[in-house]
Amino acid sequence: MKTFKTTWRNIRRSPYQALVAIFIMTITFYYVSFFAFNFYASAKAISYFESRPQVTAFFENEVKQADIDNLKNELMATNKVASAKFVSKQDALKIYREQNKDDPLLLELVTADILPASLEISTVKIGNLSEINNMLKDSPLVSEVVFLKDVVFTLTSMTNTLRRTGIELIIVLSLVSISIMITIIGLKISQKKQDIEIMRLIGAGGWYIRWPFIIEGIFYGFMGSLLGWTIAAGRLWFTTTSLPAFLQGIPIFPIPLVFLLGLLGTEIIVAVVLGILSSFVAVLRYLK
Amino acid sequence: MIRLNKVSKQFRTGVFALSDISFNIERGEFVFLVGPTGSGKTTIFRLLTREALPTTGEIIVDNWDIVKLPGNKLPHLRKKIGVVFQDLKLLMDRTIFENIILPLEVSGVNAIAAKKIAEEIMEKVGINPHKDKFPIQLSGGELQRAALARALTLEPDILLADEPTGNLDRVTAMEIVKLLSEINKKGTTIIMATHNEDIIKALSKRIISLDNGQLAKDTAPSHSSPKSDNIEGENKKLETKPKPEKKKEEKKKEEDEDF
Repeated sequence: MKTFKTTWRNIRRSPYQALVAIFIMTITFYYVSFFAFNFYASAKAISYFESRPQVTAFFENEVKQADIDNLKNELMATNKVASAKFVSKQDALKIYREQNKDDPLLLELVTADILPASLEISTVKIGNLSEINNMLKDSPLVSEVVFLKDVVFTLTSMTNTLRRTGIELIIVLSLVSISIMITIIGLKISQKKQDIEIMRLIGAGGWYIRWPFIIEGIFYGFMGSLLGWTIAAGRLWFTTTSLPAFLQGIPIFPIPLVFLLGLLGTEIIVAVVLGILSSFVAVLRYLK
Repeated sequence: MIRLNKVSKQFRTGVFALSDISFNIERGEFVFLVGPTGSGKTTIFRLLTREALPTTGEIIVDNWDIVKLPGNKLPHLRKKIGVVFQDLKLLMDRTIFENIILPLEVSGVNAIAAKKIAEEIMEKVGINPHKDKFPIQLSGGELQRAALARALTLEPDILLADEPTGNLDRVTAMEIVKLLSEINKKGTTIIMATHNEDIIKALSKRIISLDNGQLAKDTAPSHSSPKSDNIEGENKKLETKPKPEKKKEEKKKEEDEDF
């Protein structure tokens, strides 16, 4: 209790240094939260696209149903296909009519004969798309193959870049935070050099002197992570109302509360560890 | 209780602060450590609290060999020795009460007991009315009392008072000495550094005289003195004497001692 009181006194009596320490930790953990939300959203988006039919093979007109079934079985046997749905000419017409129900002219012009039967395929992994695409192209039954390779690959590539950039930025910010915290706590130790000397002379042990500084580091880390997360979560909440229209049905929102609280808990633990690390380095360096 | 055996202290500059000093102090003794500025009084205090180590010699405090004492035992030693520092060393950003309770906090005494002890001590030394003030708000005599109160909170076996009356008027100085005398009567060993001859005469106690880092004289208390412990009477007789200006060499030596 006395240690906490001393820590609080130290913080209160040099508020600007405390604010700087909390500010830098807030920035760090704001970006940790920001990138965590982005990782979550992109993972959900990729997962959504992976679950959609990614390859559509259109068959020649004269192909028999038995041949199509054989090809479907052949694809399923690779264990790389999550699902393969056959769409007959009649099904294709139904879909066409549904999509163009507001345009009678288009409906009149099209019959089932001119629409090809097709196979809508989802792969287990995005990486399997090329192989399945090649298999279908090589098949004499197939007249044309359409697949979402570009969309999914671009999304995956963007996600990876975002992840790499995010991790790099977080590492840099963490190092900056640690350096600034070491400097601030070091400054405080230097300012209190005389007090520390007096405390030692009246019998204070090493840890009696060190603990308030360690707790100060923990406090900065805790406050920074809490504020950083709160600001990022606040921005996310505002985004939740506007982004779904832009995402056109990609089910990213709402981000589950369990994820948000889990993230907060993890951030607090990491921040406290960073706080301890910084203050410990400062104490070792300045309290010799 | 305290034994110095052929203790010498040489500073990095090559100057000897102490040369071959030996003396014993028994438990419960009151000893004046006298000598001009730069004679080594403060250095002896620093050695006794192991703020500094001797260059040669042996120092025993309450059966502890100060030179060989491991670092982790240092807080234990310092809790046994109360010190009224020459520059008081009060924490300026803490109130008088917070300063006085600090040694108790450091020793892990529980908050309620610590508060009670601190209040008793403040009452004893007459600083209670100023307990919520900061050091900067107090007079020299009040600060001396606060420093004395802090030194006494852990009921130390030994009390080192480094010129505790240095900047005080004679009435306040005699009040401080009276307090020290009362503490000594309760069994605390006291070593008081001073060059105030009036105080030395007022109390008939053992006097260890230092001169230029060497033991000049070790005088036993004269029990026959009619002035023995007559502090109240002396209080009226004492006159304030102007302090002689420090010589250049003495100032240099003082600076050396700061290392």
